[in-house]
Amino acid sequence: MWQWFHRLGSPRWFYQTSGKWLPWLGGITFLLLIIGLVWGLGFAPRDAKQGNSFRIIYIHVPASFLALAGYYVMAIAGAVGLIWKMKLADMVMKSAAPLGAALTFVALVTGAIWGKPTWGTYWVWDARITSMLVLLFLYMGVMALQHSYTSVDAANRASAVLSLVGMVNIPIIYKSVDWWYTLHQPATIKFTEAPTMHPDMFHPLLVMIVGFYCFYALVLILNTRSEILHRERRSSWVKNVVLQNQR
Amino acid sequence: MMNPIRRQRLFLVIFIVVAASLAVGLMTYALRDNINLFYPPSDIAAGEAPPGVRIRAGGMVVDGSVERASDSLFVRFLVTDGEAEVEVHYTGILPDLFATGEAAVVTGELNEQGVFMASEVLAKHDENYTPPEVADAMNAAHERAQQSVDES
Repeated sequence: MWQWFHRLGSPRWFYQTSGKWLPWLGGITFLLLIIGLVWGLGFAPRDAKQGNSFRIIYIHVPASFLALAGYYVMAIAGAVGLIWKMKLADMVMKSAAPLGAALTFVALVTGAIWGKPTWGTYWVWDARITSMLVLLFLYMGVMALQHSYTSVDAANRASAVLSLVGMVNIPIIYKSVDWWYTLHQPATIKFTEAPTMHPDMFHPLLVMIVGFYCFYALVLILNTRSEILHRERRSSWVKNVVLQNQR
Repeated sequence: MMNPIRRQRLFLVIFIVVAASLAVGLMTYALRDNINLFYPPSDIAAGEAPPGVRIRAGGMVVDGSVERASDSLFVRFLVTDGEAEVEVHYTGILPDLFATGEAAVVTGELNEQGVFMASEVLAKHDENYTPPEVADAMNAAHERAQQSVDES
């Protein structure tokens, strides 16, 4: 029963298979992001109260979504690495950390830029913004742990435990605007209800969110592939890949 | 069937997640009042907010309560949470989105009279996004409904 699972865990199998997906995934990502950006920034109507400044939502919300979802990817990969000692899972965990940190940073910066014209301030220490800053530090903590051990196994174990402990922050970020009084408004897009946004504005946002998911998958695969080559550099199949590329 | 060592490690992972959630859950529960960004007007009216200390208050700006001085940037308004109202005094520039019927968060101190002397006013916008034409149409429909209620 577990056989497919173990084959999935083979770095060599993943490297060869993912190579076939990359052009497709790259093309779809590029298309979705271009369509979403032009539609959202150029053609969606402006907001009655906020005017054009609301358009930063087309970057802010997708980046925040993936910053949160990406943490689950990192933590679950860490758990799989801990339990099954799967090499590929450890590499995915390591590759997800800088990507998640970058997306969290984008979410925080676009949020600050959006906050100035609407709220009247770049930054406020409310529950949503503070917990998002904690998320950035968690990602940076995993990155730091990866580099602070000479043994790869020890680094993987420590980062996986930190990822798992930090997972508790994700529902806190998500629910912070409902649990406490915050300056940040509650969620526009919910899984259980219709979005509180006009369809003309919501459709390009949806395209951007799907586009960001594809972008995340693309960059995660690229990061993981380079990590595979690095960690398996002594194996003969990697030497063959490198020799083939040189020819 | 999972092998026993892996099952043991799986339980360890579950234990880490549950223990961390419990610890953080208890911590945030204990600190729940400190995590709130601002006091709602009903807490201030009930005397739960300390006077003479820098705090934040937040609520909806009451319709028709905004009074501006003609010779300075002084402005006076009421914020409400539906139960109580707090009077806010502020001298300075208000954010663009500050409006009656919208929420605002003010930073400052309560004086002895229970007036909130604000040094900063932030506008809190809601999670609804509407194109201008749709918003105008909705307002017009709302006014028509209001008129027919008044007439009858």
